Amino acid sequence: MTILEDRPSNPAAGDHDRPVGHGRMQRKEDPRFVRGKGHYVDDIVLPGMLHGAILRAPVAHARLVSIDTTEALAHPKVLAVITGSDLQALGLAWAPTLSMDVQAVLVTDKVRFQGQEVAFVVAEDRYAARDALELIQVEYDVLPPVVDARKAMDPGAPVIRDDLEGRTNNHIFDWEAGNKAETDAVFASADVVVTQEIVYPRVHPAPMETCGAVADFDPIDGRLTLYETTQAPHAHRTLFAMVSGIPEHKIRVVSPDIGGGFGNKVGIYPGYILAVVGSIVTGKPVKWVEDRSENLMSTSFARDYIMQGEIAATKDGKILGLRTNVLADHGAFNATAQPTKYPAGFFHIFTGSYDLAAAHCTVTGVYTNKAPGGVAYACSFRVTEAVYLVERMVDILARKLEMDPAELRLKNFIKPEQFPYPNKTGWEYDSGDYEPTMRLSMKMAGYDELRREQKEKRERGELMGIGISFFTETVGAGPRKDMDILGLGMADGAELRIHPTGKAVVRISVQSQGQGHETTFAQIVAEEIGIPPEDIDVVHGDTDQTPFGLGTYGSRSTPVSGAAVALVARKVREKARFIAAAMLETRPEDLEWEKGRWFVKGDPSVGKTIAEIAMGAHGTVALPEGIDGNLDAEVTYDPPNLTFPFGAYICVVDVDPGTGHVKVRRFIAVDDCGTRINPMIIEGQIHGGLTDGVGMALMEFIEFDAEGNCLGGSFMDYLIPTAMEVPDWETGFTVTPSPHHPIGAKGVGESATVGSPPAVVNAVVDALAPFGVVHMDMPCTPARVWEAMQGRTRPPV
Amino acid sequence: MQIPAPFDYVRASSVDNALALLDRHGAESRVVAGGHSLLPMMKLRLARPDWLIDINDLFELDYLLVDKDVLRIGAMTRHTTLLESDDVKRLFPIITDAERVIADPIVRNRGTIGGSLCQADPAEDLSTVCHVLEAVAVVRGPAGERMLSMADFHRGPYETAVAQNELLIEVRIPIRSDSSSAYEKVERRVGDWAVAAAGASVSLDSAGAISQVAVGLTAVGLDRNVTEVEAVLVGQAPTEELFTEAGRLASLACDPLADQRGPIDYKRHLADELTRRVLRAACRRAAASVSEITI
Repeated sequence: MTILEDRPSNPAAGDHDRPVGHGRMQRKEDPRFVRGKGHYVDDIVLPGMLHGAILRAPVAHARLVSIDTTEALAHPKVLAVITGSDLQALGLAWAPTLSMDVQAVLVTDKVRFQGQEVAFVVAEDRYAARDALELIQVEYDVLPPVVDARKAMDPGAPVIRDDLEGRTNNHIFDWEAGNKAETDAVFASADVVVTQEIVYPRVHPAPMETCGAVADFDPIDGRLTLYETTQAPHAHRTLFAMVSGIPEHKIRVVSPDIGGGFGNKVGIYPGYILAVVGSIVTGKPVKWVEDRSENLMSTSFARDYIMQGEIAATKDGKILGLRTNVLADHGAFNATAQPTKYPAGFFHIFTGSYDLAAAHCTVTGVYTNKAPGGVAYACSFRVTEAVYLVERMVDILARKLEMDPAELRLKNFIKPEQFPYPNKTGWEYDSGDYEPTMRLSMKMAGYDELRREQKEKRERGELMGIGISFFTETVGAGPRKDMDILGLGMADGAELRIHPTGKAVVRISVQSQGQGHETTFAQIVAEEIGIPPEDIDVVHGDTDQTPFGLGTYGSRSTPVSGAAVALVARKVREKARFIAAAMLETRPEDLEWEKGRWFVKGDPSVGKTIAEIAMGAHGTVALPEGIDGNLDAEVTYDPPNLTFPFGAYICVVDVDPGTGHVKVRRFIAVDDCGTRINPMIIEGQIHGGLTDGVGMALMEFIEFDAEGNCLGGSFMDYLIPTAMEVPDWETGFTVTPSPHHPIGAKGVGESATVGSPPAVVNAVVDALAPFGVVHMDMPCTPARVWEAMQGRTRPPV
Repeated sequence: MQIPAPFDYVRASSVDNALALLDRHGAESRVVAGGHSLLPMMKLRLARPDWLIDINDLFELDYLLVDKDVLRIGAMTRHTTLLESDDVKRLFPIITDAERVIADPIVRNRGTIGGSLCQADPAEDLSTVCHVLEAVAVVRGPAGERMLSMADFHRGPYETAVAQNELLIEVRIPIRSDSSSAYEKVERRVGDWAVAAAGASVSLDSAGAISQVAVGLTAVGLDRNVTEVEAVLVGQAPTEELFTEAGRLASLACDPLADQRGPIDYKRHLADELTRRVLRAACRRAAASVSEITI
């Protein structure tokens, strides 16, 4: 079956006429998705499988007085009810988080956030499991909660983590980057300094598929097979081995089709562990799949940064320095996922796309009585917060200087000849050429014409806003000398086998949640060894089938695994040269490569295709010394640096002056992610990320009341955008390859999520300029916009 | 997946059958029509009926009929039918305006006018529309049919005069000449509950003055029309000054609560702003229909 379909070539999008290798081809995984034949965790049915459900705490902070499971256990279909004290007896009541903290699997001592896991019921079906939850009697002694991160460090604030030895406050960490003395000196001598508190409120990734697992522990051979919604199957297997005591070779983690991750499926949630415990206890497979409210209330949130920003410049608009103090709300357990050295992720790329004299940031993390998590929602390890801060501050500075925000940005960009560019907080930007990207976005938008239209509208009392964001990302974690998660280096493996008939299988350690890996990675191999992508099968998501690696998040698949796949294909190509030489009875150095074929220099008619070479490798040809009889190879790739994609976004909004309602009229997104492997997949990623960004800017917000009740626990309360709220996206691109990536590609999956919120908010604030508004925090709901128009902007938290 | 508590289910085959089933299964039985309010409440276990009586087979209640000077709407008429009806658009553009902003097409394909009115959610648009249009609710029970004005039918948030063993079967809306209407809503996102909404109906006399007016508000704590505006508007030619005064009165008459959708002063402001807008639109439309008739 041929699943490729030629599409009309689109030179503007950089297509090849025929997609062998890089280019616009339809996704290989789509035939099963568009037919509804994807296979997700909840589709897995094993013989004798039981169903688990979690009882969750109704309050945010409470001492656990007692649990009575008698009535639940008496339910005719209930096989087990597991509580915190049961786990304590097994040594499994607490599990390590990805940030060297611990998290309760089930409450033993104290509830620390609303929705926390209290008990686990295993029953014959999921209906009975849910019904039995209501039969568990729990007595709580309610305690005052810490809801406001600003008050978490107040003397006398309730101490949330009294489980930790010697803990007397809610402080988690202090972290800084950059040079404080130099920055202070730059600020002291600057003509202009502007200051603004900027809040990035708590939001949730809300993937379409919630989290779930099917655990199947075989008591005879001691093997655990765990089907999980995970973005990082190998890391999960290692952590399960470390926590459970089941040896790692006896654990198989399978991540089947995943219905969206966005960082929500990086961590190990209590539900996964409980499914395993349930299977061990009952001797049967146990399925646990959370519902929407459980997903929104208890799994990894994103953002929750309160940032005090300051920017310094000369009066003619040369930006000199940037500094910020951040208060980070990490919830009840520090479970944020990021490289060990960076407790605030990659926030210190907050210098953005600008050539500054100095910069300094401090971040303080605190515990509150809210769900744990912190790095999620396509944030590139906190680059989202960093880009939002700098892009808002630059706009506020432009207002202060009465400069056009596009001109101010153009004036301060890092120049192309400065790359590789060492910024003031320790990054080395690999490549960039910002001005053409910015100019292209302005041309596509008709920027000058938009400003003229805005001027006319303002005279008529209409509110139109134009917002710009120019972001630089840092993605593709990361070099093992700097980056690990719980001691595991952030490398990725790839294995490639060419079968005797010239068809191939490539096994990768990253896991797709919708990014199109089965297509993109086949295209990389196709480009390198010259066989069609439909002849290449991409295997991923099963620890028994794939090489070790740290998984998909932080836009790292193409920068890390993409590099691994290109290099393993080159290794195979080189091996093919030796085998071809043997077959042609010539020397390897006398052969020349054209896509798909080695031929004799000066005599192109004499050569061997990859398929012929593969058959030769597995056949009877006498092979040279040191060459095995196969056409296979494997590599593990340790990236020398991260990649630094960038882009220029322009958003046009209309605000109803009578109601405060914001309509996003246009959105222009010009992205530069280096070499483009499949432009259609890139555009899809951009469309999704822009939609995320509009959602966060206009409506998304996990709010809590004073008692710590989560007010965003369903899609009736936690709003995500629909087709009605987003415009037709206008996308464009420039290409500045990464100098250190084998094919020059950079990550792109999170660019739009990172880059778009400041463009939308800058546009809303620009529309409200006639009211003297210089800043408003997200979400820009009608009520909050109206309050801003009344001169009463207020932070969301 | 959210899972409701156990319940039994039966499909009614006729109105009489539905009434008999309600009678048989008693207090813990609930009628389900479009299901867009009841089923989410059941999944969250906020509603726990023992029996669901499905009335989706009652095609006899799915109709729109212009009957002399009354528009008769069967209780099982879907939102989509109302939205797409040319009769409705011509006679009562307020309904078309409201239907356009009720949820999304998927919900409108299933949701019914009867379900909306009986749910009586404070943010429910058609309750306001029916108040404004002085609709009559036809309710049938074991003792026969009774006709209720909206004031009698709609008792407050989530509460109507329909007894447990009764069924709303029809909504009747009086058709007036030289009149028109309008509705406008502010929401955070399509499909969210209204932050606030307003509807207005006006009739103009031959001189172009307002002869009859009704203004209603949604989601701001007022379960009746803003009757305060009538004395100000009736007998007057429509002007911006009058609309401004009507808006002021509407903002005073309402009693909103602060929530995630906005603070009280914002909602009062919307009552004012939207009242002015719907009066303006209704008068413009009525004037256009008057001139059409004269020509």
